[in-house]
Amino acid sequence: MTFELFIFYLFAAVLVFAALRVVTVRNPVHAVLFLVLAFFSSAALWLLLEAEFLALVLVLVYVGAVMVLFLFVVMMLDINVAVLREGFTRYLPVGLLVGLAIVAEMGLVLVRYFVLPPGSAPKPVGPDFSNTRMLGDLLYTHYVYPFEIAAAILLVAIVAAIALTLRRRPGTKHQDPAAQIAVRRRDRVRLVRMDAEKKPE
Amino acid sequence: MTATLLEFWNGLPEDFRIPVLILLKIVAILVPLMLSVAYLTFAERKIIGYMQIRIGPQRVGPRGWLQPIADALKLLLKEIIVPANANRFLFLLAPVLSIGPALAAWSVMPFGHGMVLANVDAGLLFLLALTSMGVYGVIIAGWASNSKYAFLGAMRSAAQMVAYEIAMGFALVGALMAGGSLNLGKIVLAQQGGVLHWFWLPLLPLFFIYFISGVAETNRAPFDVAEGESEIVAGFHVEYSGMAFAVFFLAEYANMILISTLAAVLFLGGWLSPFEGTGWQAYVNWVPGTVWLLLKAAGFLFLFLWFRATFPRYRYDQIMRLGWKVFIPITIVWLFLEGFAILFHLQPWFA
Repeated sequence: MTFELFIFYLFAAVLVFAALRVVTVRNPVHAVLFLVLAFFSSAALWLLLEAEFLALVLVLVYVGAVMVLFLFVVMMLDINVAVLREGFTRYLPVGLLVGLAIVAEMGLVLVRYFVLPPGSAPKPVGPDFSNTRMLGDLLYTHYVYPFEIAAAILLVAIVAAIALTLRRRPGTKHQDPAAQIAVRRRDRVRLVRMDAEKKPE
Repeated sequence: MTATLLEFWNGLPEDFRIPVLILLKIVAILVPLMLSVAYLTFAERKIIGYMQIRIGPQRVGPRGWLQPIADALKLLLKEIIVPANANRFLFLLAPVLSIGPALAAWSVMPFGHGMVLANVDAGLLFLLALTSMGVYGVIIAGWASNSKYAFLGAMRSAAQMVAYEIAMGFALVGALMAGGSLNLGKIVLAQQGGVLHWFWLPLLPLFFIYFISGVAETNRAPFDVAEGESEIVAGFHVEYSGMAFAVFFLAEYANMILISTLAAVLFLGGWLSPFEGTGWQAYVNWVPGTVWLLLKAAGFLFLFLWFRATFPRYRYDQIMRLGWKVFIPITIVWLFLEGFAILFHLQPWFA
């Protein structure tokens, strides 16, 4: 077993363990932290595949931003586990159905590699190969329309989310930062010249 | 003597030599880093002292020079107290998660031409990914402590870091666009040709935003609401004592040094001499590039301390407003302008 293979199995084992714990652990904060561990391990696996850009972006976006917001929300929830358990048997059939569908889909992907004769493994590229440049070239030429449509959809989502929070309520004591910054000394302070001692009369 | 040692070394198997060499390089980076952290705390107390017309520490050793050593010894010997209802594992894991990224980020930092531990192609992205993970130490510390003050600090810190990371990321995108590479060494080499060729000039707004976001990202004054001594005692690390606290402290100062060095690398030409292209260069040729880099970084570190002595703490909503409504729009506009400058080959930066 080469060292690379050892690293692969190590991170794969951590990934599977973390993914299992995400759904089995009771404390939701622990579940989110295990999800973070799962993302991190899969980023390590991507690094082994020489997909540095994707691996680092996975860490940057999912671990560094999305999961922080997740954690932020989950930590503030006051979750009563007993109440959540009540509907367990009622939702079990739906859950099983969804679970089976996911397993079947993943199985279809994997079957290719187990049943069909193995194709030639991709050759490792040299150290001069820039993954990032290739990805950029592909994304901005061949896939430019899907890419820009996705960007437009995200922009619409941002605008919608912000529009939902914009409420003008009368009577609130909102501050106007522009007015605060524009303030001058003479608006706030009056300098008074006074003698240090009272002059004798 | 040296010849026999060299012969012995070359006789060793390569599988053994390479890891040993890498480990030695790591030590060669981390030991000076730790010493810098120790003496940065000393410099902070002295400089802020003089700014406030005090003398600062002066009792331990000649002129107080042994003060950081005494502080470290004190912290080493103190007991680590774990609060009664704290989550013990996460409580002790948090400082490790805090210092891990702060140290690992140094692996891609170029100290001179080719003087880098790991010459990674996507070095800048690696740095951004690692610095974005530092927030977990703070959040987990706040949550695992099972204390209201700690939790408030963690919440503030999480919101602040997410906000400023975006502005910081955009500022870094500006630097990588100008440098035409994600590799830090190549970004420095793209700035050759003297002070006016460095990226601080074409990327002036991004340079300011990067450094201010860096101050916010490291939770330093005036953005230190996560600690906020006067409001929430010490914020996320209020329950920590002894070495567990010291590790948080180390991480904060290591991050300050990292942000300063990175600002020097991306915007002030890294290890390049400031006299390049002038008649003075002939007199300073003997100065190694690393010295220039460290001088520039020291300048930024001084700014960190100066800020702390000068500005009152920002209010929380003001911090959020500055991050989301001021910095992010400015960076986006400047990235557009920079794109046009690159398109039209604006001289001398975008040849």
